[in-house]
Amino acid sequence: MKKGVMRPGHVQIRVLDMDEALKHYTDLLGLIETDRDDHGRVYLKAWTEVDKFSVVLRPAEEPGMDFMAFKVVDEASLQQLEKDLADHGVEVEQVPEGELKDCGRRVRFNAPSGHTFELYADKKYTGKWGITEVNPEAWPRGLDGMKAVRFDHCLLYGPELAATYDLFVNVLGFYLAEQVLDGDGTRIAQFLTLSTKAHDIAFIHHEEKGKFHHASFYLETWEDVLRAADLISMTDTSIDIGPTRHGLTHGKTIYFFDPSGNRNEVFCGGDYNYPDHKPVTWQAEQLGKAIFYHDRVLNERFLTVLT
Amino acid sequence: MGIGCQVTNRTTGDSFTCTEGQSVLKAMEQWGVKCVPVGCRGGGCGFCKIRVVEGEYECGKMSRAHAPPEAIEQGEVLACRVYPVTDLTIECLEPSAPGETSEQTTTRALR
Repeated sequence: MKKGVMRPGHVQIRVLDMDEALKHYTDLLGLIETDRDDHGRVYLKAWTEVDKFSVVLRPAEEPGMDFMAFKVVDEASLQQLEKDLADHGVEVEQVPEGELKDCGRRVRFNAPSGHTFELYADKKYTGKWGITEVNPEAWPRGLDGMKAVRFDHCLLYGPELAATYDLFVNVLGFYLAEQVLDGDGTRIAQFLTLSTKAHDIAFIHHEEKGKFHHASFYLETWEDVLRAADLISMTDTSIDIGPTRHGLTHGKTIYFFDPSGNRNEVFCGGDYNYPDHKPVTWQAEQLGKAIFYHDRVLNERFLTVLT
Repeated sequence: MGIGCQVTNRTTGDSFTCTEGQSVLKAMEQWGVKCVPVGCRGGGCGFCKIRVVEGEYECGKMSRAHAPPEAIEQGEVLACRVYPVTDLTIECLEPSAPGETSEQTTTRALR
């Protein structure tokens, strides 16, 4: 967080059918609808999140991710980051306050991987959902489905990982928590963080620019992941793989798809890092085990099915 | 064999029954047949693209990137979003350019 970029703030996901999507993200994942706007977008949050929204669904003819945003500690840091981005040769677009409801101005830019990112400092603080700010209970009643705790990270597929690393580490102040290196020492996967989490954003090398692999949501326990798997079967939701464990991050996980084909993950556990830790390295020849620790074999779909 | 439409893949020779309201891909998976690649099952990724050469069907929503109107005109659709109205004959498509790109990418990345 050395440059003032604090944490993942929101992700805007394109969906083909809003009613189906909303049912998936609320009834199954357990997110809470907090608002809608004139563009047909629906705003959602997970219950422990303190700001008004973290997931925005936008009706579109092609699924995928519009952008992911990170929250910055304050306006002064945002102004400095804007300058730093410009000095780095990154074209910056201004998105005015209120373009997303109850969100302050956003600074939008493209990464060399072909993905769009945003920085912002202000969003309406609504507090954790369903519990009081003072003397809070352990959890709120009335949560649905998987009862997702928070929007945690995205994994994105695209080219130019080295240039993307340069932008995220040297300009935005992320650090490298985990990586996969091929035989030549070229990084083909990079897990970057602002915090002690194993990733706040991750990239895997792919020729085509700007592809969306998944948006991930945090659950507390392995039992919750198994319960999520039960719910995926009960609702006949399209499953990708799991429940299983990753080698990378060692998180316990299950992957599935929303009704428009965007991949979601729910996971628990995983390793912690501090900036003084050496990055954890996996070798490309162990990629099967790095991604699926139990099967130790890659599921082709995990590498190629993207929106 | 219950009531339903017969789907025949003329590329592979596989045949299976699709019940009312069931997509071609869903029926294929349920019968344990593996003649069309399975991706997201949501009309989003384009993995299960096929060509319908004979028969009538309805389509659910599909990503315009993988099933643009001109492709749909030619019967090139995503099996996860194809709901047969009559018996269907389908065929596999040659992998499209983006699919080839990603395969090469993966292979390169894994080496």
